[in-house]
Amino acid sequence: MRAFAPTLLRLLAVGLLILPVACRRAAPSSDAASGSSTPRKILQLGNGTEPQDLDPHVVTGVTEHNIITALLEGLVTHHPSGTGVAPGVATRWETSPDRLTWTFHLRPDARWSNGDPVTAHDFLRSFQRILTPSLAADYAYKLHHIVGAEAFNKGDLTDFAQTGFSAPDDHTLVLRLRQPVPYLLDALKHYSWFPVHLPTIERHGRADQKGNRWTRPENFVGNGPFILREWLPNQRITVERSPTYRGETTALLDGVVFHAIDNLDAEERLFRAGGLHATYALPPHRVETYRRDQPEVLRIDPYYGVYFYRLNTTRPPLDDVRVRRALSLAIDREAIAQRILRAGQEPAYHYTPALAGFTPETKLAAPDLPEARRLLAEAGFPEGRGLRRLEIHYNTLDTHKSVAEAIQQMWKTGLGIDVVLRNEEWKVYLDTVNRLAYDISRAGWIADYPDPHGFLDLWLSGGGNNRTGYANPDYDRLFATALDAPDEPARMAVYRQLDAMLTRDQPVIPLYFYKRVYLLSPKVLHWVPNILDTRGWQYIDLNTASGEMKFQD
Amino acid sequence: MLRFILRRLLQTIPVLLVIVTATFFMLRLVPGGPFTAEKAVSPEIQRNLEAHYGLDKPLLHQYGAYLWDITPKKFAPWRLFADAHGDGRPDYDIQAAFGINLGPSFKYPNRTINEILADKLPASLELGFWAILVALTVGITLGVVAAMKKNTGIDYAASTFAMVGICVPTFVMGPLLVLLFALQLRWVNASGWYFPEDRILPALTLGLVYAAYIARLTRGGMLEVLNQDYIRTARAKGASETRIVLRHALRGGLLPVVTYLGPAFAGIISGSFVIETIFQIPGLGREFVNSAFNRDYTLVSGTVLLYAGLIISLNLLVDIVQVWLNPRLKFE
Repeated sequence: MRAFAPTLLRLLAVGLLILPVACRRAAPSSDAASGSSTPRKILQLGNGTEPQDLDPHVVTGVTEHNIITALLEGLVTHHPSGTGVAPGVATRWETSPDRLTWTFHLRPDARWSNGDPVTAHDFLRSFQRILTPSLAADYAYKLHHIVGAEAFNKGDLTDFAQTGFSAPDDHTLVLRLRQPVPYLLDALKHYSWFPVHLPTIERHGRADQKGNRWTRPENFVGNGPFILREWLPNQRITVERSPTYRGETTALLDGVVFHAIDNLDAEERLFRAGGLHATYALPPHRVETYRRDQPEVLRIDPYYGVYFYRLNTTRPPLDDVRVRRALSLAIDREAIAQRILRAGQEPAYHYTPALAGFTPETKLAAPDLPEARRLLAEAGFPEGRGLRRLEIHYNTLDTHKSVAEAIQQMWKTGLGIDVVLRNEEWKVYLDTVNRLAYDISRAGWIADYPDPHGFLDLWLSGGGNNRTGYANPDYDRLFATALDAPDEPARMAVYRQLDAMLTRDQPVIPLYFYKRVYLLSPKVLHWVPNILDTRGWQYIDLNTASGEMKFQD
Repeated sequence: MLRFILRRLLQTIPVLLVIVTATFFMLRLVPGGPFTAEKAVSPEIQRNLEAHYGLDKPLLHQYGAYLWDITPKKFAPWRLFADAHGDGRPDYDIQAAFGINLGPSFKYPNRTINEILADKLPASLELGFWAILVALTVGITLGVVAAMKKNTGIDYAASTFAMVGICVPTFVMGPLLVLLFALQLRWVNASGWYFPEDRILPALTLGLVYAAYIARLTRGGMLEVLNQDYIRTARAKGASETRIVLRHALRGGLLPVVTYLGPAFAGIISGSFVIETIFQIPGLGREFVNSAFNRDYTLVSGTVLLYAGLIISLNLLVDIVQVWLNPRLKFE
């Protein structure tokens, strides 16, 4: 009989056989977030889920946006104040009197991180790339404002020279629009308009297809304030200050580390342990604790988005506007904001969020139970009798569930109607909503640029994001006049009318306007709230001196 | 023995084929696809996307192409450890080694499934290794001590530990350990997988659950063996208690543990999603679960295939170890 010790050794050996190379991931990089002893200023950020890619012509998400704005720069960039634009690669620009031609003058000293100059032709080739049909870029439609862009994107036009993009010389770029786009400058801050370095992309595969390896750290060439240093999937992406970024406004930070943390509780613990300067979000159940114990790190910023319920207007009884209005009027939005959401969310009595220059006038006078009951009776369902059982669909998440339960209760006690709740996994839920296979479904919309236009174009008849069956020719006609309005007040007046139509027809029930809720260390300087939650990383700084500081903004 | 192993390996081929087929078709039956998104994409873009990934072809054609892609076409295992990317670590590239191509990822368009698995599996295996080490060390020690001091305070304490370990779920144990060791005592990081000390809390959290089971199994196995005639003979010959346990009893007493290790190992490497999420470990468990949510068809299929291969191999390994530990069993 053999002794035990060798047996144990053998068992260990079995284990070692399937152990690959232990500890090989032990990371090289250094700076702990709270390490005030280190002079290097590295911002540690929680950045949500792992980015799909860092190619601005491939990705579609917010976490990608955060990283790409550090690595690439478009014609214009974020303003340090948080609203409006600042010169990016373009130093100045002018528009023609008919507002259809925009001419951008690029700075002659703009450089890619490999030293090449950034020219108007780089922009042209980038625009051509994102519009190339075979690349199948989800966000190519953002360039459809330009003459011929949509036809080129669909493959109907094959000669890019015939589109409205042109470059008279290396430092001048001209965009010809189909119709005036007053918010064009803000739209240009979106990464779909960013230039990419085509020679680099072509070196690592085909430029007109997905699956190119040019975005790996060893290959990446950018023109932003930072350069890509390290990319550990599902861990972190590290960027460092670029030496080739325009001299006078070089980034203040030495680097930024974007942590891919897909669990909010884990992120919050890492923040508490001093591993992060800012979190991506804060779990709702932690808000109260922070408000009580550490209000100085809790941030609740306005966010340009609305939470609403879609109503399937193709299905009885929801095809009756009186039923839709009755449902909407019976909801106590104040109670939902105060008792369920509890992080300063604003009850929504109209659909389009207010913005400087745009305040909707027509608002729902809710809750109004007598009026709701009257409408329901008028529609043939006195006290809810005869109304079939309706279903609320939502994607699986605690907040959605709580809100739906509250509304279920309000409709039961207020209108006497029965509603069942149905939660579905995210993609199943999207599929259900796309196929209009629902009665009522939870939804949210966050705009890509600060303008009511991006909220109101959803409800055009047959629009891809409509998904309610709502089709109103008057709405479509009025919407078509918006961009041609002679001036901004006139344009905003059109949006106010459109928003009033939605309040009247209620294809959607607005519930509340979003807030960004997250944690931010007081050591972070020049961090300004921004309704799109995007920012120019080149302006952010860190206070590396010991001791706590007040917020700067 | 060689014949036994060879026959078992041959048996795995139909098993894997069934698994691949079921996964392939089940994924396509689930509502929503890889390109289902909150923001609508135009029909043209949708068509081009499907053409790029070959989803425009008939389903059976896609299935046939996938089967061919995953069929091994060469045998060069040494190339697993080559470093073609020049990043200072082995590529674990099963395309170069065996000609197996698991396809491109739908969610991460610039990565192939081969690459993602090669990147993520090592972290999961490493976590599994440390966890098993914790489980065996703590579990066997407690089990042996409890068996030797049967029905004493020590035995009850060990049994209590085992019950608690089995009952407290990892999603409670993990954050509790973080609270104590990372947030209060500040000995280790709250999460991450960068430094050697980052392995401690995840390994403990995952390992202690299995340690609890192993302690119970060891105690039971030891008690049974300690009543056998040959132990009495050893005692009669005047052997010390330590010698009896280590030299004579343990080998037989550990048999139930070895039987348990196969499924346990499989559970540890494939089911560590919770631990990998709590501690933000870049492992395959997280990737697997997220890939199902993302409808990343190729990543789900690839991961399932890999797990199936690993679990089959582990079970085979356990069978071999069992025969080796227990002379009454034969390779048949």
